Amino acid sequence: MDFFSLLYFRFKKVWKAVRLYLVIAGPGLVVMIADNDAGGITTYAATGAKYGYHLIWFLLLLIPIAYYVQEMTVRLGAVTKRGHAEAIFESFGAFWGWFSLLDLMIVDWLTLVTEFVGMTSALSIFGVPAWMTVIFVILLMGMVVLNGRYWTWEKIALGFCLLNLIYIPAAFMVNPSMADIVGQGLIPNLPGGLTNELFFLLMANIGTTIAPWMLFFQQSSVVDKGLLEKDIKMGKVDTFIGSVITVAVAVFVVIVTGTLLHGVPIEDAATAAKMLMQTNHYIGAFMAIGLFNAGLLGAICISLASSWAFGEIFGWAHSLNTKVKEAPWFYISFFITLVTAGIVPLIPGAPLVLITLFVQVVAVTLLPAALVFLILLLNDKKTMGEYANTPLQNIVSTTIVGGIIILSTMYGVSALFPNIFQ
Amino acid sequence: MRTLNQFFSKIREINQRYAKPTVEMSRGVKFSLAVLRIYLFLLVVLMIYKFITVIKVV
Repeated sequence: MDFFSLLYFRFKKVWKAVRLYLVIAGPGLVVMIADNDAGGITTYAATGAKYGYHLIWFLLLLIPIAYYVQEMTVRLGAVTKRGHAEAIFESFGAFWGWFSLLDLMIVDWLTLVTEFVGMTSALSIFGVPAWMTVIFVILLMGMVVLNGRYWTWEKIALGFCLLNLIYIPAAFMVNPSMADIVGQGLIPNLPGGLTNELFFLLMANIGTTIAPWMLFFQQSSVVDKGLLEKDIKMGKVDTFIGSVITVAVAVFVVIVTGTLLHGVPIEDAATAAKMLMQTNHYIGAFMAIGLFNAGLLGAICISLASSWAFGEIFGWAHSLNTKVKEAPWFYISFFITLVTAGIVPLIPGAPLVLITLFVQVVAVTLLPAALVFLILLLNDKKTMGEYANTPLQNIVSTTIVGGIIILSTMYGVSALFPNIFQ
Repeated sequence: MRTLNQFFSKIREINQRYAKPTVEMSRGVKFSLAVLRIYLFLLVVLMIYKFITVIKVV
């Protein structure tokens, strides 16, 4: 075989793999990028404003952590063809099933409220009233979901994921010093020592990277898409690429606020966007658009995670491939969750700070349980067969899950008792 | 009333369907579930304590 034939053969092989990936790609990318929701963007913006580039190395550590946790849901979904809620009910019985389902419902609803808060405050920068944002979002999400095909929904969601990359040009526009990014950001360091404030921010970054709804969402999404055992390899690639992109976006947000707002105390991403607008109108606008898009993407995935879980347990038709007539309860539960959460930010004097606090605390009750169930399910050789966790995978995943449980518990407890670790 | 009855009968049906866990209850699984119960119990106690202290302040 001559050189050009070999080159052509290699190219065909790679192109075939790329085409296969494009067919399989979706659940991993969407869940990971949606992980950069309104709360996530706020956390990254606050991290950059408080500590500049110093914690970029820590964000990079979150790539393998997010990947190892989420890839387990790909295997579980592809092998069992069941969502995470159904898997818990069937494997651990009704008690743990109801606990997980009700907890998921509460966490998802509260998180959804925070997404609406993020979206309304982002568009308020452009003078859009909150009520108009809420109506627009509900109509938009209705159009996205009601098209009756998973494939179409996924491609639209991927379009929103693409908009999440808006922070990348924004970071280049602020002309950051590459030497500072490499020197300060890539060498592990704890600026000012491990203070209570730094610890809280590190925990918040982990908390935004691994959220309970992500486990439920990706597994159900894998099932709804119809991925099989043979697709697991590409599903893992999809999850890995998603975890790299989600952390890359986080790093670019940190670079934007770390360059322009370093040392300025900011409470949320919307405040950061307003401040950035005073420095550079376009960067501030990018920040606000990105925040709105992050909230929207988070809202799409979170409300679906709840509806899928309810459908699995109550035996309703629960696929995006079904029409409203075929799966009325699936869509009704989707819109009830969405509309009730959307109304909250419009209520004058609504306890939004308390809701944000509650999200952190309630998530702590669900996340450890969901993660423990995940590892136990992945060790059920009777169900998982050759796709069960290997000893090495168990060591890695148990270490990661143990670390997440300890840190998220401390995060939740410190949210309840702010001075406990001082 | 009829809808409520239907709802509760659905809940009973779900409870019956998932009454018996299918996962093999090895020592590791039993230990993990026991630790999880203790962990959640402690968290609930903490939340109730916080709730009571907040109510007292109000």
